[in-house]
Amino acid sequence: MVKSRSFSFSKVMLVLGLLFLYLPMFVLIVYSFNASRLVSVWAGFSTHWYGELFRDEQILSAVWMSLQIAFYSASMAVCLGTLCAFVITRFKKMRGRTLLSSMITAPLVMPEVITGLSLLLLFVQMAQTIGWPVDRGMATIWIAHTTFCSAYVAVVVSARLQEVDRSIEEAAMDLGCTPLKTFFVITLPVIAPALVSGWLLAFTLSLDDLVIASFVSGPGATTLPMVVFSSVRMGVSPKINALATLIIVAVSLIAFIAWYLMRRAERKRLQTPDA
Amino acid sequence: MRRKLLPTPLTERVRAVLFNRRVVFGIPFLWLLLFFLLPFALVLKISLTSAVMAIPPYEPVFRWVDNTLSVVVNIGNYLFLLSDSLYIAAYWGSVKTAFLATVVCLLIGYPMAYAMARAPKHWQLVLLLMVMLPSWTSFLIRVYAWMGILGNQGLLNSSLMWLGLIEQPLKMLNTNFAVVLGIVYAYLPFMVLPIYTNLVKLDVRLLEAASDLGCRSLTTFWAITLPLSKAGILAGSMLVFIPAVGEFVIPELLGGPDTLMIGKVLWEEFFNNRDWPVASALAIAMLLLLLVPIVLFHRFQAREMEKHG
Repeated sequence: MVKSRSFSFSKVMLVLGLLFLYLPMFVLIVYSFNASRLVSVWAGFSTHWYGELFRDEQILSAVWMSLQIAFYSASMAVCLGTLCAFVITRFKKMRGRTLLSSMITAPLVMPEVITGLSLLLLFVQMAQTIGWPVDRGMATIWIAHTTFCSAYVAVVVSARLQEVDRSIEEAAMDLGCTPLKTFFVITLPVIAPALVSGWLLAFTLSLDDLVIASFVSGPGATTLPMVVFSSVRMGVSPKINALATLIIVAVSLIAFIAWYLMRRAERKRLQTPDA
Repeated sequence: MRRKLLPTPLTERVRAVLFNRRVVFGIPFLWLLLFFLLPFALVLKISLTSAVMAIPPYEPVFRWVDNTLSVVVNIGNYLFLLSDSLYIAAYWGSVKTAFLATVVCLLIGYPMAYAMARAPKHWQLVLLLMVMLPSWTSFLIRVYAWMGILGNQGLLNSSLMWLGLIEQPLKMLNTNFAVVLGIVYAYLPFMVLPIYTNLVKLDVRLLEAASDLGCRSLTTFWAITLPLSKAGILAGSMLVFIPAVGEFVIPELLGGPDTLMIGKVLWEEFFNNRDWPVASALAIAMLLLLLVPIVLFHRFQAREMEKHG
């Protein structure tokens, strides 16, 4: 192993970088238990703001709205993203494949204001031409989120598809499996972990999106980030700190469970010699 | 073999359709054509119209009156963007801020990724999750966290004053410094990740060979490690730079009145002034600026997704 001065320098940077990433979130969590309304003054421990949070009807209904949209968007994005990943990794000679792969990777970096504006213009035009959507709201946000989340799912799933041993699929088909059955019996179980992580990623992306949702939403649909944003614009609020703490705790828990499962799977794999 | 002998025609046909390559290709293709490509054509179209007080607030391009089709194309919006110094300043401000943030991200992110790639195997997964975890929590809330830290009565100023280092609170919130800091904070994981994926695949034997041949470690780094991680650096930089140029939330929450960024201007043009044609022209202008970075990123990503495992 190469050991060098730059090696220890990078270690220090890693620790500092992680501190940089986590300290602000730590501060949010600590101040969510502050009794005072002011951020800089510590007035003792209190869970007062959590009570306030759970009594806030507007936030609660926005949470429910966001969770619904995220669930539907993530599910649809997994279907579309997986199909895209299949085309990109398997159908090497298909016509139009290059266009598809450009369209699926572009949303990964496309500035949100552009995506949001362009989709809104589409919905307005559609309402004029075919009379749908009459009102913008959940359905339009769902379409918008599905579109950009599919890109992330396609990346995650195609990475996994590259690792699939094609000879097993070929064996199954030689033994008389139809391509569809081969997919469900052989391929799907192998790429299932990627589908789960793609779904989770799409879910968090959808939950988190403010800009695109603001463009394509109508008066009826207010998502959680929209409520948080309008409250945060006015300044720091302890209620938002409490909400932030809950989000951070929830995400950390899921990440911990994921890590635990991955570690267990890894150990199992190491125990079976020829896997 | 019974299933083969007794094929019900309908299910066979359904199967054939469902796993037809054209269907597998067609569904996502049509979806993206309709909800990704077509919208851009519309943005281009509406950027060539003039604003009116109506619903929707722009003039049609094609008009069919008295059996004549008239096409009205208005490039006034683009001329307006060029003539008003506000837009030029916003354009320049975005590029400058995004570039600065990308460089800082790279300077912090590269050593982090390097250390992760050199860490023992069982540590790598933990470190990777730790770097990615913040990006799974709310982006908005992570930006918001800095409002409480940087404000005049925020944590940083009160700590510095308590330590006696400063007399007056420093103005940090609502400055361009806060915007760069916010972008670095929010996008750092996106820089670390591709560089790490790249470095972890680096053949350690190359480094050993270099050191056997008497290369000093720093020379090895410059001659081997850095050039071989070029693709990761490029991908990471694009993942930070492109979204940062169009960023709205960070300049809105952490920036001040003199923070001019194109994403924020577009938002205001659209939501406050309700001038859809100018907002569309801004979007097209931003896309032109980002075209080269997006193509670079796409080439990297396509290679990543297509190579054989």
